[in-house]
Amino acid sequence: MIKKRLNIRLSGLGGQGAVTAAHVLAMAANRDGKFSISNPFFGAEKRMAPAESYCRIGIERIYDRGELVFPDVIQVFHPQVITMGKSYTMPFYSGIKEGGVVIINSDQPLLSEEDVQRLKDLNVALFYIPATELAIEVAGTELSTNMAMIGAVAGITKCVSMEALDGALQERFGKKFVASGGTASLDEAIKKKFAKKEMLLAKNLATVKRGYEIASEWAEKNKVELRVGNPAVAA
Amino acid sequence: MADIHSVIGTKNKKGQTYTDTWKMMNEAPRTPSFYTGSEVIKEAVRRASCDVMIAYPITPQSEAAALIGELFAEGYIGDYFRGESEFAVMSQCAGAAFGGARVFTTTAGPGTMRAMENFPMWSGARLPIQMIVTCRGINSPLSIQPDTLEIAYLLNTGMLVWHAETAQDFFDWILKGYMVSEEPDVHLPLALCCDGFFVTHTKDVVNLTPADMCLPPYDPYRSPVPCMDMECPPVRMMRDPFVMKSNYISYATHASWQQEVWAAVERSRKHSIHWLNGLIDTENTDADIMIVASGTAVSQGREAIRLLEDEGVRCGLVKVKTLRPWPEEEIREATKNAKHIFVPEFNVTGWLAKEIKATIPNHERVHAGPHVCGGMTMPPEIIVNEIKTTLGLKKSFVMAGRGS
Repeated sequence: MIKKRLNIRLSGLGGQGAVTAAHVLAMAANRDGKFSISNPFFGAEKRMAPAESYCRIGIERIYDRGELVFPDVIQVFHPQVITMGKSYTMPFYSGIKEGGVVIINSDQPLLSEEDVQRLKDLNVALFYIPATELAIEVAGTELSTNMAMIGAVAGITKCVSMEALDGALQERFGKKFVASGGTASLDEAIKKKFAKKEMLLAKNLATVKRGYEIASEWAEKNKVELRVGNPAVAA
Repeated sequence: MADIHSVIGTKNKKGQTYTDTWKMMNEAPRTPSFYTGSEVIKEAVRRASCDVMIAYPITPQSEAAALIGELFAEGYIGDYFRGESEFAVMSQCAGAAFGGARVFTTTAGPGTMRAMENFPMWSGARLPIQMIVTCRGINSPLSIQPDTLEIAYLLNTGMLVWHAETAQDFFDWILKGYMVSEEPDVHLPLALCCDGFFVTHTKDVVNLTPADMCLPPYDPYRSPVPCMDMECPPVRMMRDPFVMKSNYISYATHASWQQEVWAAVERSRKHSIHWLNGLIDTENTDADIMIVASGTAVSQGREAIRLLEDEGVRCGLVKVKTLRPWPEEEIREATKNAKHIFVPEFNVTGWLAKEIKATIPNHERVHAGPHVCGGMTMPPEIIVNEIKTTLGLKKSFVMAGRGS
């Protein structure tokens, strides 16, 4: 399916980098010459509380902002979004469009049979990726979970190029970036994990690539096609 | 004869060139940048030749306030400090402006409410302070999410009140705002509002003017009232003030001065039209159905218009840029063909719809809604549904779960 706009909802927990992930995706899309907007939604900042962000990528100017009520892609950054209802909606996939994709960070299935059936009825593809394990394996820290998730959505939808992601990561982490106090302290925490900033960038990019490869392979095998482009031209 | 006092073309201590504002905003090259609204506020202030910025943390303006602190550290702002509370901040802003400084501050939600006493005081004292308001919920239970109710409280303070749709509006209007505010026949404070998060925390493309150009500095001698003069009315506030008297002169002074403040709001109209290219923007004003909105509701309205177009329903748009001065004539003209006028708002009371109803003939055409409040999102689909339901058409979207 080719759509004029791809709406991505990233549901995570405070501290996991869901907001950063949406920003990086939008920055990359912008570098690729597409239109994009990203924005977060969260309560008073605290770790492990529900935190969402949204990334809209399209081929024409995007005005829409705020919560994404009707997403094409939902990314679940943490099992607790599902198992403990740490989501702004119950169920977490409410509003997903037909033909959409759900990407869940987990090494085991988390959905009930009923939920699986409801997603199947909507022709929604369901993809589990052990993003935290990948982050630990490739980058040596769970703090890079969001990088694996960025790779996963890019691998399935090709909404951003790896080249643009590389550039966006350098823009985000390569220079001084001022965000809220909470985000700033997390930035400091992840910088301490790596001896040098270049190392941080290299490891993060490697994690993105790993997620991209695994997701690409899955999408190809399962014939999941969801792209941003001009449907008129494609038809 | 050349103006020997002009600083245009000379450099400030950061090496920025004081540039004619019209040239800087309309003729200088622009660089597209992908920034959050907070970063854009910083970039505008970098070019605004501000003397004083006073900060106090409250979501969602804290990042902008912190970023301006960085500008101070870099040497772009005369002075910067954190006040004790929003009330203190706004009082300190008054002090700085009384002293002849160009003043900038930011606030949001409960902070705006806490500082409210100062705003009519600013207007009465004719202080051209610029205050960014990144709207958020003001009610209990507490919310940090966008909600525009606080704007309703600002409408009768005598301040100029503008409502930005995007970060691009913000960038341009921060700089142009000083030009309007500081006109001698205006000389009033400006509340430059946006919907928090939807603008402040959203990354979007914004075209920036060159960083090596900045506004000409504020000239306090263009003030229509003497700077901090204890003896001359109307700023004879500190010694022997009118509040102590109850005689004819006292009442007449208060009454005439209030009229003068509101006359100054009216006089800002021509300057605002000049700098903002009109008080409203319009699209498809020949359509039967119109959306009239301000702030983020305009953006959501634009998306709703696209969705309606896909279904063959034609809908027009009025973007209200300035709430004070109120574009009464413009709105009347833009809606004269409309049979149905929808006013989507991010607040529970529908203050914009009330203003519009009081402005146009046959106001039963005005449909106050849809409304979302307390931080909820307004998906374009609910605007479409509201329009179709009102017109007796079949709804286009099933709105299960959030946003319904």
